[in-house]
Amino acid sequence: MKFLDEYRDADLTRKLLADIQKTVTRPWTLMEVCGGQTHSIIKSGLDRMLPAEINLIHGPGCPVCVTPLELVDKAIALASRPEVIFTSYGDMLRVPGSRGDLFAVKAAGGDVRIIYSPLDALKIARDNPEKTVVFFAIGFETTAPANAMAVVQARVQDLQNFVVLVSHVTVPAAISALMQSPDVKVDGFLAAGHVCTVMGYWEYEPLAERYRIPIVVTGFEPVDLLHGILDCVRELEAGRHPVLNAYARSVSREGNKPAQAVISRVFETCDRAWRGIGVIPMSGYRLKPEYGSFDAEQRFPEVRAIETKESPLCISGLVLQGIKKPLECPAFGVQCTPQTPLGATMVSSEGACAAYYRYGRLDPASLAEPGKRR
Amino acid sequence: MSPAPDFLGWTCPRPLQNYPTIVMGHGAGGRMMSDLIENLFAPAFDNELLAQMGDAAVFKLPAGKAAFTTDSFVVNPLFFPGGDIGELAVYGTVNDLAMRGARPFVLSAGFILEEGLPMETLGRIVSSMATAAKKAGVRVATGDTKVVQKGHGDGVYINTSGIGVIPTGAAEIGPALAKPGDVVLVSGTLGNHGIAVMSVRAGLTFETEIRSDTAPLNGLVEAMLAAGKIHCLRDATRGGLAAVLNELASASQVGIEFDERKVPLRPEVDAACEMLGFDPFYVANEGKLVAILPAQAAEVVLAAMRHHEYGKEAAIIGKVVAAHPGLVTARTAIGGMRVVDLPAGELLPRIC
Repeated sequence: MKFLDEYRDADLTRKLLADIQKTVTRPWTLMEVCGGQTHSIIKSGLDRMLPAEINLIHGPGCPVCVTPLELVDKAIALASRPEVIFTSYGDMLRVPGSRGDLFAVKAAGGDVRIIYSPLDALKIARDNPEKTVVFFAIGFETTAPANAMAVVQARVQDLQNFVVLVSHVTVPAAISALMQSPDVKVDGFLAAGHVCTVMGYWEYEPLAERYRIPIVVTGFEPVDLLHGILDCVRELEAGRHPVLNAYARSVSREGNKPAQAVISRVFETCDRAWRGIGVIPMSGYRLKPEYGSFDAEQRFPEVRAIETKESPLCISGLVLQGIKKPLECPAFGVQCTPQTPLGATMVSSEGACAAYYRYGRLDPASLAEPGKRR
Repeated sequence: MSPAPDFLGWTCPRPLQNYPTIVMGHGAGGRMMSDLIENLFAPAFDNELLAQMGDAAVFKLPAGKAAFTTDSFVVNPLFFPGGDIGELAVYGTVNDLAMRGARPFVLSAGFILEEGLPMETLGRIVSSMATAAKKAGVRVATGDTKVVQKGHGDGVYINTSGIGVIPTGAAEIGPALAKPGDVVLVSGTLGNHGIAVMSVRAGLTFETEIRSDTAPLNGLVEAMLAAGKIHCLRDATRGGLAAVLNELASASQVGIEFDERKVPLRPEVDAACEMLGFDPFYVANEGKLVAILPAQAAEVVLAAMRHHEYGKEAAIIGKVVAAHPGLVTARTAIGGMRVVDLPAGELLPRIC
C-alpha cells in the first residue's frame, strides 16, 4: 500500500536499527506515549529487534484504558435505559465497569451501537427522533475535534435528542504528572504523532525544558518509530533535551488550527480522573457551559452519583505510568486475560497488558528483565 | 348514483393464496405450508430423495466412512457483494465435510423465517441455494420451515447439516495431525468475505469492489488429495487465518510460523483493514482453506491447487515447528516476529 509500505520497509528498518546500535552507549528508558505506538511496536515485532540498551515502556496514551471507571459505569447506566440509543467507538464495548460491560448491556436488550465517526451518531439521532442518542466522547486531542464538531453540528441542526458523555484527556498534562511522580523513571519521550498533528508540539517545549528531557514527536509505522527512537537516543547521548519532530510528514509546530478552534469552541480544560492513575489537574476537556444542553450528565442527572468498584487485583494504573510491567501483576494471564479482563489495559489492542499477553507467552523470560530481551 | 348490483360478477372472497410476505400460517403445518413446499422448495431443490416427502429421507451411502456436520447461518445483510445467505448455507456445510476429506452426499436445510419476510426474498435465497447445491454436486434431501413473529428473527436463519463419505482406504485428515516440518498453504487471497459483508453493513458503508469469496471447496480438495498427502485441512471462516492456525497448533501441539508477506491479500482488503484497524488475518473467509501437509508434497499439491478454479492464488505461507507448541507466530514485513493469538471475540475497530 502506497504511503505505508515505505514505512514498513525491511531494509530501511535494518539500517535504522544499525544506526541506533552505533549511537547507543548505555541503557536508556524511553516511553512511547501513545497506545497506537505500543500496538505497532508489538505487531511489527520491533520490540525484539531493538538493541538491548533501549528499554521501551508503554505510556498512558490508550484512550480506552484511561477512561475512568466512573465514566464507564455511567455509560453502562445510560445504555441500559430504554429511551436511549448508546453509541460508542468499538473498543469501549469490552471495557469492564464495576459490574459488566457494554456488551452485557447490549445482550440484556440495551440499544448499543458501534460507530466509526461521531457524525454517524448524529444521523442515528435524526433517524430516531423518539429516542435520545448518547455518544461516548472519549479520547485524546486526536478525537476531540471530530467529537466537538458533532456537538457543533447538533446545535446547527437543532438536534435536541443528541447528547454526549465526555471523557476527554490531554497528553501534556499527563507527561507533567508522570515527570512529577518519584516512581516514574523515563529518560525520553516519544510523543504521540496524531495528537501532535492536531495540537502541534509547541506545548511540549516548556515541558522538555522544565524536566530536562528530550521529547521526539513520533509516528506509528516501524520506520517512523525507529526514526523517533534514533533521534531521542542521539539527544540523550549528547546530553541535550530538545523537542524534535520525527513525524514531519504529518506534524507542524503549530498543528491544525481549525481543529484546535473547534476544540476550544466546544470544550474547556478541566481536572480529569485517569483510570488506575487518579485525578491529574487540568488534564481533560469538558463541555463549555454554553453547550451544557448537550451534556448527557445534565440530561440524565441520575447517573451523576454512581458507585464504582475497581478490581482489587488490577495494577493497570502502575502499568500505565510505566512503573510496573504487566508481567509483574499476579493476576496477569491467570485471572486476567483478554477474554476475562480485570482492567482496561488487557482489553484494548492498544493496551500494554493485552500486547504483553500475546508476546509474553512466546518468550516469558525475555520480558522479566529489560535488557535481556534478546 | 351507485352502479347496479352485479350478481353475475360476484365471487366468494376466498382466503388470499399468494401472500407477498411470509405470515405465521406458513409455519403452521397446514395448507399454506404445503403450498410453500410444493411451489418453492420442492421445485427448487428437485431430487428423488426430497421427492420421497416422508418424515425422513431414506438412502444408501456409498462405501466408506460417513462424515456428518452441521452449521447455522445468521448473516446480516442477507445479500452482500458476491453472495447471499443461501449460498453460504450450502457451501459452509459442503466445505466442512470437504475439510475432513469427505465427498458431500446429502444436505438438510432448516429455515427459520421471520413473519413479514418478502416472499420474493425467500425465493431468491432458495434459488441461490439450489444453484449452489448443483455446483457443489450435493442434494438437499430433507428440510424444515418454522416461522417466528415479526421482530423475533433477522429475516431468515438457515441451518444446514450434511453427510459426506470418505472413500474406503483414504488417509485420515484431522486437526491433530500436523507435524513439525510440515508446510502451511492457503488457497487464495484472504479477508474478502468479511470486508465485503462489512462494507454493506448498517452503520458502515464504503465504496469497494471487494466481493465475498463464497465458494464450494470440495472440488479443490479432491484435486489436492489426488496430488499428494495432506495432514490437516480447515476452511478459514470466522476468526480467519489466525483462528484456524491457532486451532491446528493447539490440537496438534505444535508451533506454527508463517510469513506475513507471503499471505495473498487483495490491496483493497489490505486498505480496508488498515482503515478500520483490523488485522486481515482475523477477517472471515467463505471460500478459502488452510492446508498443512508434508514438505515433500507441497510443490505438487500447490501446483494442483493453482490449476483449480478456486485455488489460482494458492501460496505456501509458513511451516510447522516443534518450538512453542500451541502458539502461532508471524514473521513481519520489517523482519520482526510477533505472536498471532486467537481473536478474543468480535472484531472491534480501533478508536484512532
